[in-house]
This record gives sequence, structure tokens and C-alpha cells, in this order.
Amino acid sequence: MVVSLSHYLIVAGILFSLGIFGIFLNRKNLIVILMSIELMLLAVNINFVAFSAFLGDLVGQIFTMLVLTVAAAEAAIGLAIVVVFYRAHRSIAVEDINELKG
Amino acid sequence: MIAATLAFYLFAALAIVGGLNVIFQRNPVHSVLWLIFTFFNAAGLFVLLGAEFVAMILVIVYVGAVAVLFLFVVMMLDINITMVREGFFKYMPIGLLVGGILLAELITVFAGWVMSDSAEAMRAAPAPDPSVISNTEALGLILYTDYVYLFQASGIILLVAMIGSIVLTHRTRTGVRKQVISEQNARRPEDTLEIVKVESGKGLQ
Amino acid sequence: MEAAAIFLPLLGAIIAGFFGRQIGDRASQIVTCLGVGSAAVLSIPLFFDVAVNGNERVITIMNWINSGTFETAWALRFDTLSAVMVMTVTCVSSLIHVYSIGYMSHDDSKPRFMAYLSLFTFAMLMLVTADNLIQLFFGWEGVGVVSYLLIGFWFKKPTANAAAIKAFVVNRVGDFGFLLGIFGIYMLFDSVSFDTVFNAVPAHVDDTVTFFGIEGHALTLISLLLFVGAMGKSAQLFLHTWLPDAMEGPTPVSALIHAATMVTAGVFLVARMSPLFEYAPSALEVVTIVGASTAFFAATIGCVQTDIKRVIAYSTCSQLGYMFFACGVGAYPAAIFHLMTHAWFKALLFLGSGSVIHAMSDEQDMRKMGGIWKHVKVTYAMMWIGTLALVAVPPFAGYYSKDMILEAAYGAHTSVGQYAFIMGIAAALLTAFYSGRLLFMTFHGEPRADKETMDHVHESPLVMTLPLAGLAIGAIFAGYVGYDLFIGDGRIDFWRGALAVVGDDPIEAAHHVPTWVVWSPMIVTVLGLGLSFHLYMRRPDIPGRLASQFPGVYQFLLNKWYFDELYDFLFVRPAFWIGNFLWKRGDEGTIDRFGPDGISSSIISGARRLGAVQTGYLYHYAFAMIIGIALFVSWMMVGS
Repeated sequence: MVVSLSHYLIVAGILFSLGIFGIFLNRKNLIVILMSIELMLLAVNINFVAFSAFLGDLVGQIFTMLVLTVAAAEAAIGLAIVVVFYRAHRSIAVEDINELKG
Repeated sequence: MIAATLAFYLFAALAIVGGLNVIFQRNPVHSVLWLIFTFFNAAGLFVLLGAEFVAMILVIVYVGAVAVLFLFVVMMLDINITMVREGFFKYMPIGLLVGGILLAELITVFAGWVMSDSAEAMRAAPAPDPSVISNTEALGLILYTDYVYLFQASGIILLVAMIGSIVLTHRTRTGVRKQVISEQNARRPEDTLEIVKVESGKGLQ
Repeated sequence: MEAAAIFLPLLGAIIAGFFGRQIGDRASQIVTCLGVGSAAVLSIPLFFDVAVNGNERVITIMNWINSGTFETAWALRFDTLSAVMVMTVTCVSSLIHVYSIGYMSHDDSKPRFMAYLSLFTFAMLMLVTADNLIQLFFGWEGVGVVSYLLIGFWFKKPTANAAAIKAFVVNRVGDFGFLLGIFGIYMLFDSVSFDTVFNAVPAHVDDTVTFFGIEGHALTLISLLLFVGAMGKSAQLFLHTWLPDAMEGPTPVSALIHAATMVTAGVFLVARMSPLFEYAPSALEVVTIVGASTAFFAATIGCVQTDIKRVIAYSTCSQLGYMFFACGVGAYPAAIFHLMTHAWFKALLFLGSGSVIHAMSDEQDMRKMGGIWKHVKVTYAMMWIGTLALVAVPPFAGYYSKDMILEAAYGAHTSVGQYAFIMGIAAALLTAFYSGRLLFMTFHGEPRADKETMDHVHESPLVMTLPLAGLAIGAIFAGYVGYDLFIGDGRIDFWRGALAVVGDDPIEAAHHVPTWVVWSPMIVTVLGLGLSFHLYMRRPDIPGRLASQFPGVYQFLLNKWYFDELYDFLFVRPAFWIGNFLWKRGDEGTIDRFGPDGISSSIISGARRLGAVQTGYLYHYAFAMIIGIALFVSWMMVGS
């Protein structure tokens, strides 16, 4: 069977949902949340490239690189925050992060 | 082409397996390693699509930088593995519900995707024949011309992220002695050396 | 000149009222006395010109309301009736003004008191010289308001405040009927001006009006409504409860308002509207019955009262009943004649009692008086003159007017007339009794006051005794002098249609009653006086024994036939309950709850609940974002 656009899109969709599952299901590790976010961004990238290939439009790949950049930046900052939080609270259990309120 | 189809299914399945393992592994180091595995399979998918530049960039940047960074942090923080499983099942129902709904919707939309007839005319950057210009060259041709502002902006984002990370995690440690070059250079011989005429046999008085 | 007579008291009131503090006490007193005094002086030639010589006139001052067919003007109507009233009001009021200078000499707010007295005089004058019902109502309300101000003059006393409110509220009940009557008149006659209405009455005699499906004779209904107003103002049987409590005010107030002028406004109204009443015989019957019953009822209560002013108050109530039943049998001239003579001798009695109270160091309870006649000879003589006039001993004023009323009641030869005659005779007996009782208890017998009070007993100063003498002259001579003009042969020319006569002239019939009818008032008076002399001078132990032997009757009379308790149960308590209910459940519970309080509290609770969303837990926020994404995607799917 010819691999069509839908196949790639479904793969991306499944990866996206897996990322969401990861955010819901993990309780004890903040870093797994960050990794789930990376998974979601990966799924988006797959979408972009798939469309770019099947449409013959290079803009999709440009955007993929931009998303990559942003994902890297966000991972860096996120991990920095995790490190600082760990220094202060000695734990990265998600339930212990409860001070973001007015 | 049967090889391409087979390759697609292989890469796709392995990517999904990797994703599952990222979530369900107890050991966070294992989770990071499975994340790297997922990235590799996604790069394979990209190659199948003819976007080899993006695939290589994925490997170099994502795997080589981001995932390694994850690994550093995971190993730096002293994490108690045994407590990971607690509370796992508390939020499973709602997680399954929300995720399941989203998955169903996405599959519904994507399965019946039909490209409209006017799509081809609306291309912003039509891909040239890969046998004439390679993918990398083609990307370069439009990235530094039409999308140069976005390119520069992403550079600034990276700069800000770098500065942000340093600022967030920087701490001053007490008791660390550092060199202050300007002080060293400003030292004059009169402050440190004193020439004393010593008579033989007398010694320094 | 006419306008001056009416407006000079107003000028005095304004000067003393607004500038009293600047010009000082003495100046305020002089200004107000001058104002009313000049009005009194002007009223006498006015009386002769208008009433005796027959130069009636209407002086329009200013246009007031002009709305469609409803036109009213500020106009002064001078016919015989108003000329008589103006003269009576101004003369008595000026004497009371002078008396007040002495009586209120220890008070702190003399200018305020004098201003109120003058203001009251002005309002009363507006009432009696009104040319249309609206101006009359203006004066009517004016005297009501000033009566409230004067009863509650010592406003720091809670009983005075309560009495003032009671007077105003009970008056209001009457005013409600009065207003309905005015509306009825406008509806029927399309005008409220007296001349227009009186000329049109014969044409509307048979008109009926339908109210809630019940058809009634229009003129009777209107007359009854007007009479309700008169009942309130003149303290007749069911709306009388305010008059005894009104004694909380200073004595000059009682003399002016509750003897000579305000309470007579009701009688004046019925007399003024006589062209209307004459065509509503059923209404007249009601008037007669109410008046006669009041005369008897008030006299019975007066027999057991212990406060000297309250005895005289009930006496006023009783005498007003006489005037009303005189109107009821159609003898309006007799009613007005008695009104005039009564003004003199009742004011004299009140001011005299004020003099006694002043002498007894502000003691008002007769049980604590006694044995002072030697010390206050002038006051004593004045009180005797007033009493003799009241109980109708010839040749004093009351004899001429009161006996004429009784003869007219008999001479009407109707069943209500007979009822009125019997009640009147009984009331005359009781009047003589309690008047004698008052005199003997107050002035004779052993002194029942303590030694210190007795040492202080002194005659009142000249500023108080001179007005008493002036009033005494009126009490003695007014009857004899006015007899011919008011109710004698000269009356037709005198009244000249100001008081209507339809059918047989009741006064004429009154002159032809049998001899025993003429003598019966005299006989019962002597009986009454003799009985009181026996009971309070020769055998002072009997009253106490009688009271203890008939406790039920005594308590019934002492508690004023339990009217106050009845009204409290029927009206006051339900009114308070309704008010409370509407306040708590209606105002607070409903309007406030759905309005300001409800909105503010629901905003507060809503905001608090909304604030609970910010839990602080990071994963809550992450969940919220993801759930939002899912919802958004679903919406996009469903929406397209």
C-alpha cells in the first residue's frame, strides 16, 4: 500500500497523544514532563515535514528548523529552572511544585 | 516500492515504542535514552520524506545537544527512583480520557486528509527538483533570503536562552579565590621588591 | 384693609420665627402681638361693614392653579360667616398672645412660641376666608401642622412628641375623607369654587354615583366624606382620641387651638358647606347623631378626670358635639353663635386654668389642689364667670347660644332631633356637674398640696390677668349682644344666604317650642351644680365611696370608654406589624437581597470561588492547558 500523507499524520498524532499522556501520568519526575513536551514538539515537526514533502513546499522544513531552535531553547531554560528548583526544595516531585500562586 | 513502505512502518513503530517507553520507564536515565531512540527513528522518517537536512539537524541538535543536556541534568540531580510509581494510577482515568479524546479527534481528521486542488498554487516556496539542487542547498537558498528575519530572530532566541540559563543557575560560591588580572597588572615593583645591600657575613638585619 | 387683616399675623410670624434670635425675646413678643392685635382691630370695622351693613366681597390676590377646568385662585371671601369667624379668631388670638407673654416668661424659646401662635392665626384666617375648597384645605392643613408644632412645643418630652404625632395622624384620617369629598365635588360640579358649586347644587340634587357597583346619592356621599374631615379636626366621637393628649402643649396652645379656633374649623366647614348639606338629609342625620353622641360621651368622661386641663378638653369636645348636632338639625346660625360664644368662655376657662397651674407651681392634678380661692381672687372670679357661661346661666353668653341649640333640636320634630335633645339635656346636666366639680376641687376645701406649694401660691401678673378680663367681657356680653343678630329676628338680614336654609327654618321653629323645653336646660343646670356642691363641698367622702362601689363604671369612664385601647388593638398594632413585615421581608429581604446586598455578596462569593482555581500546583496548570487544547480541537471539529 502506498504510504500516503495520512499515514505520517497519524504517526505524528499518536506521538502527540503520547506526549500528553506523559504529562498526565507521571507524578514524580519533572524531567519526564519536559521530555513529554519534546515528544510533542517532535510530533509537530513530523507534521510539518510531511506536509512539506507532499505539498512540495519548502516552508514546512524552514519551520521545522525554527521549531527545533525554540525547542532547544525551551529545554535549556526548563532544565535551568529544574536545577534551581532542586537546589531550593531538594525534590523534583511534581506535587511539591505548588507555589505558583498569588 | 516495498522497501520504502517497509521502512516507513519500521521507523513509525519503533518511534511509537520509544515514546511509550519514555513515559513508562521507572529510571529517568532510561527515559532519556529511549527519547534519544525516538529521535533517531523520527530522523529516519524525515529521510524517507526527502528532508535529509532536517533529519541530520535533528540528530545533531536534538540528540547531540538537547538529549545530552537532559542526561546531564538527570544525572546531576539525586533522584529517588523507588518513589516514581506513586500516584501513577490516580490520574490515569482523566489522562486516558483527555488523551484518548484528543487522539481520536486527531486520527479522525488525519485519516481522511484530502489535499485541495488549489493547494499547489498556494505554495510559498516551491521545492525544486532534488536531482538538480540538493535539499540542503534549496533550504539555504530561501532561508537566508526570504526568511532571514526569522533566522535572525531564532538566533536571538537562542542567545536569550543561553543568557537566561546562566543567570538562573549562576550562584556565587564563597571561599573561591579568583584572579583579578587588572590588579596583577597594576602591581608595581616598589610594592613587592625591596633591594637591600647586604654586607658579607652579616645577613639581613 | 382686608388683606392686611389676614396677612399681618403672617408677617409677625415670619419676623419672630426667622429673626427671633437676632431681635430678641421682648421684640419678638411685641412684633407678634402687634401683628395679631392690628388684625383684630381691623376686623371690627370689617365685621360691621360686611356683616351688619351687608357689603360682601371677594378679593382675589393671585391666580394659583389653572389646569383644564380645574381653576383655583388665592382669594379672600368676606361674607357674614367669614367676617364673624375673622373677628372671633383675631380677637381671641390677640388676647392669648398677650397672655403668653406672661405664661411663657420662664421658657427658653419665646420667639418660637410667639411665631407659631401667629402662624397658626394666619392659617386659621386663610381657612375661614377661603373662596374655594383648595384654599380652605390649605388653611386646614396649615392649622394641623402648626397644631403639631405647638403640641410638641416642649419637644424634649417624649409624651409631648407622641401626643403631637397622635394629633396629626388622627387628623390625617379625617383629612383623607375630606380630600375624597373635594374630589367628589370636583367630579360632580367640575369646579371647586364656592360660588360655582353652591349655585349648581340644586341642579345636581338627584345625581347618583356608582362606587364598586353600589349606587349612592352623590350629595349624601360627598357630605358624609366632608363630615369625616370635620370629625377629625373637631375631635368628634370616633376621631376624638387626640384631643385629651393634646393637653401636653402649653396652656395658651390649648386655649387657642383646642378651644377657640382649630377644633371649630370642622363646625365652620359644615356651616360653610351648608348649601350642600341641606340637600343631603341622610348626611345631616348622621351629623346629628354623631354630634349628640359626642356631647354625651365626652361629658361622661369629663366627670371623672383629675387633670384640670383634661376636664376642660372634654368639655370642649362635648360643646363641639352641641354645635354639630345644631348643624345637623339645620340650625346653622345657632351653631355658629354657640361657636362664637364658646370661643370666649372656653378660652377664658383654659387661660384661667393656666393661671391656676402657674400659681400652683406647674401642678395640674386637681387632687393636689384645693383651698386657694383666697390667694388668687382674680383668677377665681374669672373661672366663675367662665363656668357660669359654660353651664348656660343667664345672662351669660352660653345661656343664649346653648339653649337655642337645645330648642332647635327639639323643634326639628324628627327622631334624630329628639335623640339630640335628650343627649343634649343629659350632657348639660353632666356639664354643670363637672364644671362645679372643677371649681370646688380646685379652689375650695382643705388644701391638699404640700406646704411649699401653698406658700408659693400667688396671683398672676397683670399681663396674664388683663387678657382674662378681656375674655371675661366677651363671655358675659357676647350672648346678649349678638342674640338678635345671630339667631333673633335680625338673622335673615344678617346671614343673607351665607348659611343656607332649605325648607322650614329650624330657628323659627325653635322659637316656638313648648315652655318646658325652654326651662329644662335651666333646671338640669341647677341640679348639676347643686349635686357637685353637695358631693365636693359638703360631703367630700361620697365621690370616693361611689368610685369604689361601682368600680366597673368608674374604670370605664376613667379609661375614656377604652377607645385608645380599642384603636391600639385594631389599628396601631396591625400597622406596626405591617410596617415591620414590609421592612424586614420586603425591603431588606427582597429588594436589598436582590439589589445591592445580594449583588455585592454574590460577587464576593463568586470571586472567592473563582480564586480557588489558582491552586499553586504546577500540574494543575499543565492539566488545564491540555484540557483546553482538547476542548479547542473538539470545538474546531464540531464547529466545522
